[in-house]
Amino acid sequence: MRNFAYAKASNSTEAIRLLGHSGAAKFLGGGTNLVDLMRENIEQPESLVDITSLLREIQENADGGVTIGAAARNSAVAAHRTIRERFPVLSQAILFGGSGQVRNMATIGGNLMQRTRCDYFYDAASRCNKRTPGAGCDAIDGFNRMHAILGWSPDCIATHPSDMCVALAALDASVEVEGRDGKRSIRFTEFHRLPGNTPHVETDLRPGELITSVTIPKLDAARRSVYRKVRDRSSYAFALVSVAAVLEVENGVVKTARLALGGVAHKPWRAGPAEEALQGSPANEASFGRAADTALAGAKGFAHNEFKIELAKRLIASTLADLARKDGAR
Amino acid sequence: MTHSQNAELERQAAESSVAGPDNRLRITLMVNGDRREVEIEPRVSLLDALRERLHLTGTKKGCDQGACGACTVLVNGERILSCLALAIQYTGQEITTVEGLALDGSLSPLQQAFITHDGFQCGYCTSGQLCSAVGMMREFDDGVPSAVTADVASGTIDFSDTEIKERMSGNLCRCGAYVGICDAIREAHSEVHSEVHHAGESR
Ligand SMILES: Cc1cc2nc3c(=O)[nH]c(=O)nc-3n(C[C@H](O)[C@H](O)[C@H](O)COP(=O)(O)OP(=O)(O)OC[C@H]3O[C@@H](n4cnc5c(N)ncnc54)[C@H](O)[C@@H]3O)c2cc1C
Ligand code: SF4
Ligand code: FES
Ligand code: FES
Repeated sequence: MRNFAYAKASNSTEAIRLLGHSGAAKFLGGGTNLVDLMRENIEQPESLVDITSLLREIQENADGGVTIGAAARNSAVAAHRTIRERFPVLSQAILFGGSGQVRNMATIGGNLMQRTRCDYFYDAASRCNKRTPGAGCDAIDGFNRMHAILGWSPDCIATHPSDMCVALAALDASVEVEGRDGKRSIRFTEFHRLPGNTPHVETDLRPGELITSVTIPKLDAARRSVYRKVRDRSSYAFALVSVAAVLEVENGVVKTARLALGGVAHKPWRAGPAEEALQGSPANEASFGRAADTALAGAKGFAHNEFKIELAKRLIASTLADLARKDGAR
Repeated sequence: MTHSQNAELERQAAESSVAGPDNRLRITLMVNGDRREVEIEPRVSLLDALRERLHLTGTKKGCDQGACGACTVLVNGERILSCLALAIQYTGQEITTVEGLALDGSLSPLQQAFITHDGFQCGYCTSGQLCSAVGMMREFDDGVPSAVTADVASGTIDFSDTEIKERMSGNLCRCGAYVGICDAIREAHSEVHSEVHHAGESR
Protein backbone atom coordinates (compact mmCIF):
# COMPACT_ATOMS: atom_id res chain seq x y z
CA MET A 1 0.00 0.00 0.00
CA ARG A 2 1.28 3.45 -0.87
CA ASN A 3 1.68 5.67 2.13
CA PHE A 4 -0.60 8.63 2.73
CA ALA A 5 -1.32 11.43 5.14
CA TYR A 6 -4.01 11.00 7.76
CA ALA A 7 -6.15 13.50 9.62
CA LYS A 8 -9.12 13.08 11.91
CA ALA A 9 -11.78 15.73 11.36
CA SER A 10 -13.65 17.08 14.35
CA ASN A 11 -16.57 18.63 12.45
CA SER A 12 -18.05 18.66 8.93
CA THR A 13 -16.62 22.04 7.99
CA GLU A 14 -13.15 20.90 8.93
CA ALA A 15 -13.63 17.60 7.08
CA ILE A 16 -14.61 19.43 3.88
CA ARG A 17 -11.72 21.88 4.21
CA LEU A 18 -9.19 19.10 4.79
CA LEU A 19 -10.46 17.12 1.83
CA GLY A 20 -10.13 19.93 -0.68
CA HIS A 21 -11.46 19.20 -4.17
CA SER A 22 -8.46 18.02 -6.14
CA GLY A 23 -9.50 14.37 -5.78
CA ALA A 24 -6.17 13.48 -4.14
CA ALA A 25 -7.75 13.08 -0.71
CA LYS A 26 -10.56 10.77 0.37
CA PHE A 27 -12.84 10.49 3.35
CA LEU A 28 -12.30 7.46 5.55
CA GLY A 29 -15.27 5.67 7.11
CA GLY A 30 -14.79 2.14 8.42
CA GLY A 31 -12.23 1.49 5.71
CA THR A 32 -13.76 -1.88 4.76
CA ASN A 33 -13.84 -0.99 1.08
CA LEU A 34 -11.26 1.78 0.84
CA VAL A 35 -8.42 0.11 2.77
CA ASP A 36 -8.97 -3.06 0.77
CA LEU A 37 -8.74 -1.17 -2.55
CA MET A 38 -5.70 0.79 -1.33
CA ARG A 39 -3.94 -2.44 -0.47
CA GLU A 40 -4.54 -3.55 -4.08
CA ASN A 41 -3.25 -0.16 -5.30
CA ILE A 42 -6.55 0.42 -7.09
CA GLU A 43 -7.19 3.46 -4.92
CA GLN A 44 -4.12 5.61 -4.18
CA PRO A 45 -5.22 8.66 -2.22
CA GLU A 46 -2.53 11.04 -1.00
CA SER A 47 -4.39 11.63 2.20
CA LEU A 48 -7.32 10.33 4.22
CA VAL A 49 -9.70 12.44 6.24
CA ASP A 50 -11.21 10.29 9.00
CA ILE A 51 -14.82 11.29 9.62
CA THR A 52 -15.80 8.54 12.06
CA SER A 53 -15.90 10.78 15.10
CA LEU A 54 -18.67 12.96 13.65
CA LEU A 55 -22.08 12.44 11.99
CA ARG A 56 -22.99 9.40 14.05
CA GLU A 57 -26.50 10.26 15.30
CA ILE A 58 -29.68 8.49 14.28
CA GLN A 59 -32.53 10.91 14.71
CA GLU A 60 -36.29 10.37 14.68
CA ASN A 61 -38.04 13.14 12.79
CA ALA A 62 -41.32 14.75 13.77
CA ASP A 63 -42.99 13.42 10.60
CA GLY A 64 -42.27 9.79 11.57
CA GLY A 65 -39.21 9.41 9.36
CA VAL A 66 -35.58 9.09 10.41
CA THR A 67 -32.31 10.86 9.60
CA ILE A 68 -29.18 8.76 9.84
CA GLY A 69 -25.75 10.38 10.21
CA ALA A 70 -23.30 9.38 7.47
CA ALA A 71 -20.81 7.89 9.94
CA ALA A 72 -23.40 5.85 11.88
CA ARG A 73 -22.29 2.23 11.82
CA ASN A 74 -24.30 -0.21 9.75
CA SER A 75 -24.77 -2.35 12.88
CA ALA A 76 -26.11 0.59 14.90
CA VAL A 77 -28.68 1.37 12.20
CA ALA A 78 -29.81 -2.26 11.91
CA ALA A 79 -30.21 -2.49 15.70
CA HIS A 80 -32.07 0.79 16.11
CA ARG A 81 -35.49 0.23 17.71
CA THR A 82 -37.42 2.71 15.60
CA ILE A 83 -35.88 1.50 12.35
CA ARG A 84 -36.68 -2.12 13.23
CA GLU A 85 -40.30 -1.19 13.90
CA ARG A 86 -41.01 1.36 11.17
CA PHE A 87 -38.63 0.22 8.44
CA PRO A 88 -37.88 -3.48 9.04
CA VAL A 89 -36.76 -3.83 5.40
CA LEU A 90 -33.82 -1.53 6.10
CA SER A 91 -32.77 -3.33 9.25
CA GLN A 92 -32.99 -6.66 7.42
CA ALA A 93 -31.13 -5.48 4.33
CA ILE A 94 -28.20 -4.35 6.48
CA LEU A 95 -28.21 -7.63 8.41
CA PHE A 96 -28.04 -9.53 5.11
CA GLY A 97 -24.83 -7.70 4.17
CA GLY A 98 -21.28 -8.70 5.07
CA SER A 99 -20.64 -10.20 8.52
CA GLY A 100 -21.06 -8.99 12.11
CA GLN A 101 -17.50 -7.65 12.02
CA VAL A 102 -17.93 -5.81 8.70
CA ARG A 103 -21.21 -4.23 9.86
CA ASN A 104 -19.58 -2.98 13.07
CA MET A 105 -16.96 -1.13 11.00
CA ALA A 106 -18.94 -0.03 7.94
CA THR A 107 -20.57 3.40 7.92
CA ILE A 108 -23.68 4.52 6.07
CA GLY A 109 -21.76 6.96 3.84
CA GLY A 110 -19.14 4.31 3.07
CA ASN A 111 -21.81 1.80 2.19
CA LEU A 112 -23.30 4.24 -0.35
CA MET A 113 -19.88 5.08 -1.75
CA GLN A 114 -18.34 1.60 -1.92
CA ARG A 115 -17.24 0.94 -5.48
CA THR A 116 -19.59 -0.73 -7.94
CA ARG A 117 -17.22 -3.49 -8.93
CA CYS A 118 -16.55 -7.01 -10.10
CA ASP A 119 -13.70 -9.52 -9.77
CA TYR A 120 -12.04 -8.26 -12.95
CA PHE A 121 -11.93 -4.80 -11.40
CA TYR A 122 -9.68 -6.24 -8.67
CA ASP A 123 -7.49 -8.17 -11.11
CA ALA A 124 -4.72 -5.93 -12.45
CA ALA A 125 -4.11 -8.38 -15.33
CA SER A 126 -7.64 -7.90 -16.70
CA ARG A 127 -9.03 -5.07 -18.76
CA CYS A 128 -11.51 -2.90 -16.88
CA ASN A 129 -13.08 0.39 -17.96
CA LYS A 130 -13.53 1.43 -14.36
CA ARG A 131 -9.88 1.03 -13.44
CA THR A 132 -8.61 2.40 -16.75
CA PRO A 133 -11.26 4.29 -18.72
CA GLY A 134 -11.21 3.12 -22.35
CA ALA A 135 -9.30 -0.10 -21.66
CA GLY A 136 -12.22 -2.44 -22.35
CA CYS A 137 -14.15 -4.85 -20.15
CA ASP A 138 -13.08 -8.46 -19.67
CA ALA A 139 -16.27 -9.38 -17.85
CA ILE A 140 -18.54 -9.18 -20.90
CA ASP A 141 -17.01 -12.27 -22.50
CA GLY A 142 -15.67 -13.63 -19.22
CA PHE A 143 -17.13 -15.28 -16.15
CA ASN A 144 -20.10 -13.03 -15.54
CA ARG A 145 -22.31 -14.97 -13.10
CA MET A 146 -22.48 -12.05 -10.66
CA HIS A 147 -23.06 -9.36 -13.27
CA ALA A 148 -25.92 -7.10 -14.37
CA ILE A 149 -29.04 -7.94 -16.34
CA LEU A 150 -30.62 -4.47 -16.29
CA GLY A 151 -29.31 -1.02 -17.15
CA TRP A 152 -25.82 -2.18 -18.17
CA SER A 153 -23.82 -0.70 -21.00
CA PRO A 154 -21.25 -2.28 -23.35
CA ASP A 155 -18.64 -0.49 -21.23
CA CYS A 156 -19.49 -2.07 -17.88
CA ILE A 157 -21.79 -4.80 -16.57
CA ALA A 158 -20.84 -4.71 -12.88
CA THR A 159 -23.49 -4.65 -10.11
CA HIS A 160 -23.68 -2.40 -7.07
CA PRO A 161 -22.86 -4.68 -4.14
CA SER A 162 -24.87 -3.02 -1.37
CA ASP A 163 -27.87 -4.62 0.29
CA MET A 164 -28.67 -1.60 2.44
CA CYS A 165 -28.94 0.65 -0.61
CA VAL A 166 -31.65 -1.58 -2.13
CA ALA A 167 -33.85 -0.92 0.90
CA LEU A 168 -33.06 2.82 0.82
CA ALA A 169 -34.05 2.92 -2.86
CA ALA A 170 -37.40 1.30 -2.06
CA LEU A 171 -38.01 3.70 0.85
CA ASP A 172 -37.69 6.93 -1.19
CA ALA A 173 -34.72 8.05 0.91
CA SER A 174 -32.67 11.14 0.17
CA VAL A 175 -28.95 11.82 0.61
CA GLU A 176 -27.86 15.08 2.24
CA VAL A 177 -24.46 16.33 1.12
CA GLU A 178 -22.33 19.33 1.94
CA GLY A 179 -19.46 20.95 0.05
CA ARG A 180 -17.67 24.27 -0.21
CA ASP A 181 -20.61 25.65 -2.19
CA GLY A 182 -23.16 24.69 0.44
CA LYS A 183 -25.62 21.90 1.09
CA ARG A 184 -27.92 19.97 -1.21
CA SER A 185 -30.18 16.95 -1.07
CA ILE A 186 -30.17 14.20 -3.68
CA ARG A 187 -32.99 11.69 -4.23
CA PHE A 188 -31.61 8.30 -3.35
CA THR A 189 -32.66 6.76 -6.65
CA GLU A 190 -30.68 9.45 -8.46
CA PHE A 191 -27.59 9.19 -6.28
CA HIS A 192 -26.03 6.18 -8.03
CA ARG A 193 -25.55 6.17 -11.80
CA LEU A 194 -25.89 3.68 -14.60
CA PRO A 195 -22.55 3.00 -16.32
CA GLY A 196 -23.17 4.52 -19.75
CA ASN A 197 -19.80 5.30 -21.28
CA THR A 198 -18.33 6.63 -18.01
CA PRO A 199 -18.49 3.62 -15.70
CA HIS A 200 -15.77 5.09 -13.50
CA VAL A 201 -18.23 7.82 -12.44
CA GLU A 202 -20.53 5.98 -10.07
CA THR A 203 -22.45 8.59 -8.13
CA ASP A 204 -23.81 12.09 -8.35
CA LEU A 205 -21.48 13.25 -5.52
CA ARG A 206 -19.21 16.06 -6.73
CA PRO A 207 -15.51 16.26 -5.93
CA GLY A 208 -15.10 17.77 -2.48
CA GLU A 209 -18.58 16.91 -1.23
CA LEU A 210 -19.23 15.10 2.04
CA ILE A 211 -22.29 12.94 2.61
CA THR A 212 -23.66 14.15 5.93
CA SER A 213 -26.83 12.06 6.32
CA VAL A 214 -29.51 9.92 4.75
CA THR A 215 -33.18 10.69 5.43
CA ILE A 216 -36.08 8.29 5.14
CA PRO A 217 -39.50 9.92 5.00
CA LYS A 218 -42.52 8.59 6.86
CA LEU A 219 -44.12 5.60 5.18
CA ASP A 220 -46.65 3.78 7.36
CA ALA A 221 -46.89 0.90 4.92
CA ALA A 222 -43.20 0.14 5.50
CA ARG A 223 -44.04 -1.55 8.78
CA ARG A 224 -44.93 -4.47 6.51
CA SER A 225 -41.78 -4.68 4.49
CA VAL A 226 -39.18 -7.32 3.87
CA TYR A 227 -35.74 -7.90 2.33
CA ARG A 228 -34.91 -11.19 0.64
CA LYS A 229 -31.56 -12.18 -0.80
CA VAL A 230 -30.47 -15.15 -2.90
CA ARG A 231 -26.76 -15.98 -2.92
CA ASP A 232 -24.34 -18.79 -3.66
CA ARG A 233 -23.90 -19.64 0.02
CA SER A 234 -26.38 -19.04 2.78
CA SER A 235 -24.48 -16.22 4.48
CA TYR A 236 -21.57 -13.79 3.97
CA ALA A 237 -21.84 -13.55 0.20
CA PHE A 238 -22.93 -10.87 -2.24
CA ALA A 239 -26.39 -11.13 -3.77
CA LEU A 240 -27.14 -12.96 -6.99
CA VAL A 241 -30.51 -11.25 -6.75
CA SER A 242 -32.21 -9.49 -3.86
CA VAL A 243 -35.55 -7.77 -3.32
CA ALA A 244 -36.70 -5.03 -0.98
CA ALA A 245 -40.48 -4.84 -0.88
CA VAL A 246 -43.22 -2.90 0.90
CA LEU A 247 -46.82 -3.99 0.43
CA GLU A 248 -50.03 -2.67 1.88
CA VAL A 249 -53.25 -4.45 1.03
CA GLU A 250 -56.76 -3.17 1.77
CA ASN A 251 -59.87 -5.25 1.07
CA GLY A 252 -57.84 -7.57 -1.12
CA VAL A 253 -56.50 -4.74 -3.26
CA VAL A 254 -52.94 -3.38 -3.31
CA LYS A 255 -52.96 0.08 -1.75
CA THR A 256 -49.21 0.76 -1.55
CA ALA A 257 -46.29 -1.07 -3.18
CA ARG A 258 -42.57 -0.33 -3.18
CA LEU A 259 -40.11 -2.58 -4.94
CA ALA A 260 -36.36 -2.45 -5.49
CA LEU A 261 -33.85 -5.03 -6.68
CA GLY A 262 -30.22 -5.71 -5.82
CA GLY A 263 -27.60 -7.73 -7.69
CA VAL A 264 -29.12 -6.88 -11.06
CA ALA A 265 -27.70 -3.50 -12.07
CA HIS A 266 -24.93 -0.94 -11.69
CA LYS A 267 -27.13 0.80 -9.11
CA PRO A 268 -29.82 -0.21 -6.64
CA TRP A 269 -32.73 -0.80 -9.02
CA ARG A 270 -36.07 0.75 -8.14
CA ALA A 271 -38.81 -1.08 -10.03
CA GLY A 272 -41.20 1.85 -10.58
CA PRO A 273 -43.24 0.38 -13.46
CA ALA A 274 -43.85 -2.81 -11.45
CA GLU A 275 -45.13 -0.71 -8.54
CA GLU A 276 -47.55 1.07 -10.88
CA ALA A 277 -48.74 -2.28 -12.19
CA LEU A 278 -49.44 -3.43 -8.64
CA GLN A 279 -51.19 -0.31 -7.43
CA GLY A 280 -54.95 -0.95 -7.32
CA SER A 281 -54.63 -4.55 -8.53
CA PRO A 282 -56.04 -7.51 -6.63
CA ALA A 283 -53.42 -8.85 -4.22
CA ASN A 284 -53.10 -12.26 -5.84
CA GLU A 285 -50.58 -14.45 -7.62
CA ALA A 286 -51.58 -13.26 -11.06
CA SER A 287 -50.90 -9.61 -10.17
CA PHE A 288 -47.63 -10.49 -8.46
CA GLY A 289 -46.50 -12.48 -11.50
CA ARG A 290 -47.39 -9.58 -13.80
CA ALA A 291 -45.47 -7.17 -11.58
CA ALA A 292 -42.46 -9.48 -11.70
CA ASP A 293 -42.62 -9.62 -15.51
CA THR A 294 -42.91 -5.83 -15.65
CA ALA A 295 -39.90 -5.40 -13.36
CA LEU A 296 -37.73 -7.56 -15.57
CA ALA A 297 -39.03 -6.26 -18.91
CA GLY A 298 -36.02 -5.51 -21.08
CA ALA A 299 -33.64 -7.54 -18.92
CA LYS A 300 -30.82 -9.18 -20.82
CA GLY A 301 -28.14 -11.43 -19.43
CA PHE A 302 -24.79 -12.83 -20.52
CA ALA A 303 -23.28 -16.30 -20.88
CA HIS A 304 -23.32 -17.07 -17.16
CA ASN A 305 -26.11 -14.98 -15.66
CA GLU A 306 -29.23 -15.45 -17.83
CA PHE A 307 -30.66 -17.40 -14.90
CA LYS A 308 -30.93 -14.20 -12.88
CA ILE A 309 -33.91 -13.05 -14.95
CA GLU A 310 -36.15 -15.96 -13.99
CA LEU A 311 -34.70 -15.99 -10.46
CA ALA A 312 -35.55 -12.32 -9.97
CA LYS A 313 -39.10 -12.84 -11.25
CA ARG A 314 -39.73 -15.74 -8.91
CA LEU A 315 -38.17 -13.91 -5.98
CA ILE A 316 -40.38 -10.87 -6.56
CA ALA A 317 -43.57 -12.92 -6.90
CA SER A 318 -42.92 -15.05 -3.84
CA THR A 319 -41.82 -12.09 -1.71
CA LEU A 320 -45.00 -10.18 -2.58
CA ALA A 321 -47.13 -13.25 -1.87
CA ASP A 322 -45.49 -13.64 1.55
CA LEU A 323 -46.09 -10.00 2.38
CA ALA A 324 -49.73 -10.24 1.28
CA ARG A 325 -50.26 -13.20 3.60
CA LYS A 326 -48.63 -11.27 6.44
CA ASP A 327 -50.85 -8.31 5.75
CA GLY A 328 -53.96 -10.46 5.75
CA ALA A 329 -52.97 -11.93 9.11
CA ARG A 330 -52.90 -8.57 10.85
CA MET B 1 -3.93 18.22 -3.43
CA THR B 2 -2.98 21.88 -3.32
CA HIS B 3 0.05 23.22 -1.53
CA SER B 4 -2.00 24.96 1.11
CA GLN B 5 -3.83 21.74 1.95
CA ASN B 6 -0.56 19.87 2.15
CA ALA B 7 0.80 22.57 4.39
CA GLU B 8 -2.29 22.31 6.53
CA LEU B 9 -1.90 18.55 6.87
CA GLU B 10 1.77 18.96 7.65
CA ARG B 11 0.99 21.56 10.29
CA GLN B 12 -1.53 19.20 11.83
CA ALA B 13 0.92 16.32 11.52
CA ALA B 14 3.22 18.21 13.82
CA GLU B 15 0.44 18.05 16.39
CA SER B 16 -1.00 14.83 17.80
CA SER B 17 -3.35 12.46 15.96
CA VAL B 18 -2.48 13.62 12.47
CA ALA B 19 0.24 12.13 10.31
CA GLY B 20 1.88 13.40 7.15
CA PRO B 21 2.56 10.96 4.32
CA ASP B 22 6.16 10.21 5.17
CA ASN B 23 6.40 10.55 8.87
CA ARG B 24 6.14 7.74 11.30
CA LEU B 25 3.98 8.59 14.18
CA ARG B 26 3.99 7.52 17.79
CA ILE B 27 0.50 6.42 18.78
CA THR B 28 -0.90 4.88 21.93
CA LEU B 29 -2.98 1.75 21.67
CA MET B 30 -4.86 0.40 24.70
CA VAL B 31 -4.44 -3.36 24.31
CA ASN B 32 -5.81 -5.85 26.83
CA GLY B 33 -5.82 -3.15 29.49
CA ASP B 34 -2.24 -1.97 28.86
CA ARG B 35 -1.15 1.32 27.30
CA ARG B 36 1.19 0.41 24.46
CA GLU B 37 3.12 2.92 22.38
CA VAL B 38 3.94 2.06 18.77
CA GLU B 39 5.65 3.97 16.02
CA ILE B 40 3.83 3.46 12.76
CA GLU B 41 3.08 4.95 9.37
CA PRO B 42 -0.59 5.74 8.68
CA ARG B 43 -0.82 2.75 6.31
CA VAL B 44 -0.12 0.12 8.99
CA SER B 45 -3.14 -2.03 9.74
CA LEU B 46 -4.21 -2.72 13.30
CA LEU B 47 -3.43 -6.38 12.60
CA ASP B 48 0.17 -5.65 11.61
CA ALA B 49 0.61 -3.23 14.51
CA LEU B 50 -0.53 -5.94 16.95
CA ARG B 51 1.48 -8.77 15.42
CA GLU B 52 4.62 -7.13 14.06
CA ARG B 53 5.10 -4.20 16.43
CA LEU B 54 3.58 -5.38 19.70
CA HIS B 55 4.39 -9.07 19.09
CA LEU B 56 0.87 -10.11 20.06
CA THR B 57 0.80 -12.93 17.52
CA GLY B 58 -2.35 -14.59 18.85
CA THR B 59 -4.36 -12.61 16.29
CA LYS B 60 -3.93 -14.30 12.90
CA LYS B 61 -3.69 -13.08 9.32
CA GLY B 62 -5.72 -15.30 6.99
CA CYS B 63 -6.74 -13.40 3.87
CA ASP B 64 -5.84 -9.78 4.74
CA GLN B 65 -8.96 -8.69 2.82
CA GLY B 66 -11.94 -9.10 5.11
CA ALA B 67 -13.04 -12.52 3.90
CA CYS B 68 -12.07 -14.97 6.66
CA GLY B 69 -12.38 -13.43 10.14
CA ALA B 70 -9.06 -14.85 11.45
CA CYS B 71 -7.96 -11.33 12.42
CA THR B 72 -11.06 -10.53 14.52
CA VAL B 73 -10.41 -8.45 17.66
CA LEU B 74 -12.70 -6.49 19.97
CA VAL B 75 -12.74 -2.70 20.07
CA ASN B 76 -14.68 -1.33 23.04
CA GLY B 77 -16.30 -4.78 23.20
CA GLU B 78 -17.36 -4.84 19.53
CA ARG B 79 -15.87 -7.29 17.06
CA ILE B 80 -14.06 -5.88 14.04
CA LEU B 81 -11.61 -7.08 11.38
CA SER B 82 -8.14 -5.82 12.28
CA CYS B 83 -6.83 -6.46 8.73
CA LEU B 84 -9.10 -3.77 7.25
CA ALA B 85 -8.58 -1.39 10.20
CA LEU B 86 -5.88 1.27 10.11
CA ALA B 87 -4.14 1.25 13.51
CA ILE B 88 -4.06 5.04 13.60
CA GLN B 89 -7.86 5.13 13.52
CA TYR B 90 -8.04 3.15 16.78
CA THR B 91 -5.80 5.32 18.93
CA GLY B 92 -6.98 5.42 22.53
CA GLN B 93 -9.74 2.83 22.11
CA GLU B 94 -9.95 -0.35 24.23
CA ILE B 95 -8.67 -3.22 22.11
CA THR B 96 -9.00 -6.81 23.26
CA THR B 97 -7.16 -9.64 21.52
CA VAL B 98 -7.27 -13.36 22.20
CA GLU B 99 -4.40 -12.82 24.66
CA GLY B 100 -6.78 -10.76 26.76
CA LEU B 101 -9.67 -13.24 27.01
CA ALA B 102 -8.41 -15.37 29.93
CA LEU B 103 -9.58 -14.31 33.38
CA ASP B 104 -6.82 -14.07 36.02
CA GLY B 105 -4.68 -16.61 34.24
CA SER B 106 -7.39 -19.21 33.70
CA LEU B 107 -9.32 -19.85 30.53
CA SER B 108 -12.65 -18.12 30.10
CA PRO B 109 -15.73 -20.38 29.95
CA LEU B 110 -15.82 -19.87 26.18
CA GLN B 111 -12.18 -20.90 25.74
CA GLN B 112 -12.74 -23.95 27.95
CA ALA B 113 -15.84 -24.89 25.97
CA PHE B 114 -13.82 -24.79 22.71
CA ILE B 115 -11.49 -27.42 24.23
CA THR B 116 -14.32 -29.54 25.62
CA HIS B 117 -16.18 -29.58 22.29
CA ASP B 118 -13.21 -29.84 19.90
CA GLY B 119 -13.94 -26.41 18.47
CA PHE B 120 -10.78 -26.55 16.36
CA GLN B 121 -8.26 -28.76 14.63
CA CYS B 122 -5.24 -26.76 13.45
CA GLY B 123 -6.29 -23.77 15.57
CA TYR B 124 -5.48 -21.11 12.99
CA CYS B 125 -8.97 -19.63 12.95
CA THR B 126 -9.53 -20.07 16.70
CA SER B 127 -8.40 -16.66 18.00
CA GLY B 128 -10.75 -15.02 15.54
CA GLN B 129 -13.58 -17.42 16.36
CA LEU B 130 -13.16 -16.71 20.08
CA CYS B 131 -13.09 -12.92 19.79
CA SER B 132 -15.95 -13.01 17.30
CA ALA B 133 -18.04 -15.22 19.60
CA VAL B 134 -17.47 -12.86 22.55
CA GLY B 135 -18.67 -9.90 20.48
CA MET B 136 -21.51 -11.92 18.99
CA MET B 137 -22.85 -13.03 22.38
CA ARG B 138 -22.87 -9.45 23.54
CA GLU B 139 -24.79 -8.36 20.42
CA PHE B 140 -27.27 -11.16 21.05
CA ASP B 141 -27.69 -10.22 24.71
CA ASP B 142 -28.32 -6.63 23.65
CA GLY B 143 -31.26 -7.90 21.59
CA VAL B 144 -29.72 -7.21 18.17
CA PRO B 145 -31.51 -9.24 15.47
CA SER B 146 -29.80 -11.13 12.64
CA ALA B 147 -30.62 -12.02 9.04
CA VAL B 148 -32.35 -15.22 10.21
CA THR B 149 -34.46 -13.54 12.91
CA ALA B 150 -38.05 -13.96 11.69
CA ASP B 151 -39.30 -10.63 13.03
CA VAL B 152 -36.60 -7.97 13.44
CA ALA B 153 -39.01 -5.79 15.40
CA SER B 154 -39.48 -8.46 18.04
CA GLY B 155 -37.77 -8.06 21.39
CA THR B 156 -37.13 -11.76 22.02
CA ILE B 157 -34.83 -13.97 19.99
CA ASP B 158 -33.92 -17.63 20.65
CA PHE B 159 -30.23 -18.43 20.94
CA SER B 160 -30.70 -21.23 18.39
CA ASP B 161 -28.07 -22.97 16.28
CA THR B 162 -29.49 -21.20 13.22
CA GLU B 163 -28.85 -17.86 14.93
CA ILE B 164 -25.35 -18.90 16.06
CA LYS B 165 -24.36 -20.03 12.55
CA GLU B 166 -25.66 -16.91 10.86
CA ARG B 167 -24.00 -14.62 13.41
CA MET B 168 -20.67 -16.46 13.14
CA SER B 169 -20.66 -16.61 9.32
CA GLY B 170 -17.84 -14.06 9.10
CA ASN B 171 -15.43 -16.60 10.60
CA LEU B 172 -14.31 -19.35 8.26
CA CYS B 173 -12.66 -22.58 9.44
CA ARG B 174 -10.75 -24.52 6.80
CA CYS B 175 -10.63 -27.55 9.10
CA GLY B 176 -14.41 -27.56 9.22
CA ALA B 177 -14.67 -27.57 13.01
CA TYR B 178 -17.99 -25.76 12.76
CA VAL B 179 -20.03 -28.32 14.68
CA GLY B 180 -17.68 -28.11 17.68
CA ILE B 181 -17.51 -24.32 17.44
CA CYS B 182 -21.29 -24.07 17.49
CA ASP B 183 -21.57 -26.50 20.44
CA ALA B 184 -18.93 -24.57 22.38
CA ILE B 185 -20.63 -21.23 21.86
CA ARG B 186 -24.05 -22.60 22.79
CA GLU B 187 -22.66 -24.09 26.01
CA ALA B 188 -20.64 -21.00 26.98
CA HIS B 189 -23.65 -18.78 26.41
CA SER B 190 -25.98 -20.91 28.50
CA GLU B 191 -23.37 -21.16 31.31
CA VAL B 192 -22.94 -17.41 31.50
CA HIS B 193 -26.69 -17.06 31.48
CA SER B 194 -27.33 -19.48 34.29
CA GLU B 195 -24.73 -17.52 36.31
CA VAL B 196 -26.47 -14.25 35.55
CA HIS B 197 -29.74 -15.89 36.51
CA HIS B 198 -28.27 -17.12 39.80
CA ALA B 199 -26.87 -13.72 40.63
CA GLY B 200 -30.31 -12.28 40.02
CA GLU B 201 -32.00 -14.82 42.29
CA SER B 202 -29.62 -14.43 45.20
CA ARG B 203 -30.02 -10.68 45.27
C1 LIG C 1 -15.59 -9.25 3.05
C2 LIG C 1 -16.66 -8.26 2.77
C3 LIG C 1 -17.94 -8.68 2.47
C4 LIG C 1 -18.94 -7.75 2.19
N1 LIG C 1 -20.21 -8.20 1.91
C5 LIG C 1 -21.19 -7.31 1.69
C6 LIG C 1 -22.53 -7.73 1.43
O1 LIG C 1 -22.83 -8.91 1.38
N2 LIG C 1 -23.47 -6.77 1.22
C7 LIG C 1 -23.17 -5.44 1.28
O2 LIG C 1 -24.07 -4.64 1.13
N3 LIG C 1 -21.93 -5.03 1.50
C8 LIG C 1 -20.94 -5.92 1.71
N4 LIG C 1 -19.67 -5.49 1.92
C9 LIG C 1 -19.36 -4.08 1.68
C10 LIG C 1 -19.47 -3.22 2.88
O3 LIG C 1 -20.83 -3.02 3.18
C11 LIG C 1 -18.80 -1.90 2.52
O4 LIG C 1 -17.42 -2.13 2.36
C12 LIG C 1 -19.02 -0.85 3.60
O5 LIG C 1 -20.37 -0.53 3.71
C13 LIG C 1 -18.21 0.40 3.31
O6 LIG C 1 -18.33 1.28 4.40
P1 LIG C 1 -17.04 1.90 5.10
O7 LIG C 1 -17.50 2.85 6.12
O8 LIG C 1 -16.13 0.83 5.56
O9 LIG C 1 -16.42 2.67 3.85
P2 LIG C 1 -14.93 3.07 3.54
O10 LIG C 1 -14.20 1.87 3.03
O11 LIG C 1 -14.34 3.82 4.67
O12 LIG C 1 -15.19 4.09 2.35
C14 LIG C 1 -15.71 3.69 1.10
C15 LIG C 1 -15.79 4.91 0.19
O13 LIG C 1 -16.74 5.83 0.69
C16 LIG C 1 -16.19 7.12 0.81
N5 LIG C 1 -16.88 7.75 1.93
C17 LIG C 1 -17.05 7.24 3.18
N6 LIG C 1 -17.82 8.06 3.91
C18 LIG C 1 -18.15 9.11 3.12
C19 LIG C 1 -18.93 10.29 3.33
N7 LIG C 1 -19.55 10.54 4.48
N8 LIG C 1 -19.05 11.17 2.29
C20 LIG C 1 -18.43 10.92 1.11
N9 LIG C 1 -17.69 9.82 0.86
C21 LIG C 1 -17.55 8.92 1.86
C22 LIG C 1 -14.72 6.86 1.02
O14 LIG C 1 -13.95 7.98 0.64
C23 LIG C 1 -14.49 5.67 0.11
O15 LIG C 1 -14.31 6.10 -1.21
C24 LIG C 1 -18.66 -6.39 2.21
C25 LIG C 1 -17.37 -5.95 2.54
C26 LIG C 1 -16.38 -6.85 2.82
C27 LIG C 1 -15.00 -6.37 3.16
S1 SF4 D 1 -17.88 -5.14 -15.54
FE1 SF4 D 1 -17.24 -3.04 -15.04
S2 SF4 D 1 -16.00 -3.37 -13.20
FE2 SF4 D 1 -16.13 -5.38 -14.19
S3 SF4 D 1 -14.36 -5.50 -15.60
FE3 SF4 D 1 -16.07 -4.66 -16.80
S4 SF4 D 1 -15.76 -2.45 -16.62
FE4 SF4 D 1 -14.57 -3.35 -14.96
S1 FES E 1 -7.30 -11.69 7.80
FE1 FES E 1 -8.84 -10.24 8.25
S2 FES E 1 -10.61 -11.19 7.48
FE2 FES E 1 -9.05 -12.56 6.83
S1 FES F 1 -9.26 -25.04 13.21
FE1 FES F 1 -8.11 -25.06 11.40
S2 FES F 1 -8.99 -23.38 10.34
FE2 FES F 1 -10.34 -23.62 11.98
